[in-house]
Amino acid sequence: MDMRPRSHPTYLAFVVHRVSGLLLALFLPLHFWALGTAISGEARLDGFLRWAENPLAKAAETILVILLAAHLAGGLRVLALEFLGWRSRQKDMVAASAGIALLVGLVFLLNVV
Amino acid sequence: MSATRQPASTKGVNRSHRTRARAQTHLWVVQRVTAMLLALAVVVHLVMIVTAVRGGLSAAEILSRTRGNEAWLAFYVTFALAAGLHGAIGLRNIASEAIGLRGRGADLAWLTAGLLTAGFGIRAAIGLYA
Ligand code: HEM
Repeated sequence: MDMRPRSHPTYLAFVVHRVSGLLLALFLPLHFWALGTAISGEARLDGFLRWAENPLAKAAETILVILLAAHLAGGLRVLALEFLGWRSRQKDMVAASAGIALLVGLVFLLNVV
Repeated sequence: MSATRQPASTKGVNRSHRTRARAQTHLWVVQRVTAMLLALAVVVHLVMIVTAVRGGLSAAEILSRTRGNEAWLAFYVTFALAAGLHGAIGLRNIASEAIGLRGRGADLAWLTAGLLTAGFGIRAAIGLYA
């Protein structure tokens, strides 16, 4: 069993990275399929975009944007750790990743509503 | 975490173990290389998204950017391939740790799923271009 501490912020960062990656990977085929089907004509694409105007779709999109930004920022932290050997101030990097994700989500929300 | 997934020296280990270890390393490298590509592509994608949604999206607006534009086609095709492979390798790692799903057959199945997903994305990208 893995006995590494689970109370450290980097453990939370690992969980967020894993869950966001999992959800994004499950969403990806749906996203591509829906877009690929809707694109078969301009009218059809507009129909799809109009459907996506409903508040539930917008809420889901906002969550997806936050997941993507969180996975991006958290992924950059992992890459910096692995390839640049940035081992110090991991707590700060975790906090910065979370901040970036929420900021991107907020900008999206402000622009979409 | 990730460092432990990189196999240690495989000297003296039997052949099938060595082949497995090599496959693991290849997958690890592909996931990191695609992660770096995605880091760039996702920044472009996110900036695009938050600026495009201002004042609502329309098909005409999207298509006027992408129709006949080779640069966007190349961007989306690369993006789809990288995301499909990266996501599938990630799912493989999770399934292997969480439910013990591993082995050559599983790896081939994940690779197929990744390429299939990328194929859907490339189909969409061609739709945006043509
Ligand atoms: C935004 C650019 C991205 C970067 C920089 C990135 C980076 C990474 C890195 C470095 C890992 C390995 C984490 C580890 O082993 O600790 C990873 C895992 C993963 N990524 Fe990404 N990724 C990106 C985009 C995506 C996208 C678009 C998807 C969805 C298709 C995705 C799905 C996954 C999954 C499922 C995992 C496995 C998570 C785990 O093993 O805990 N990633 N990512």
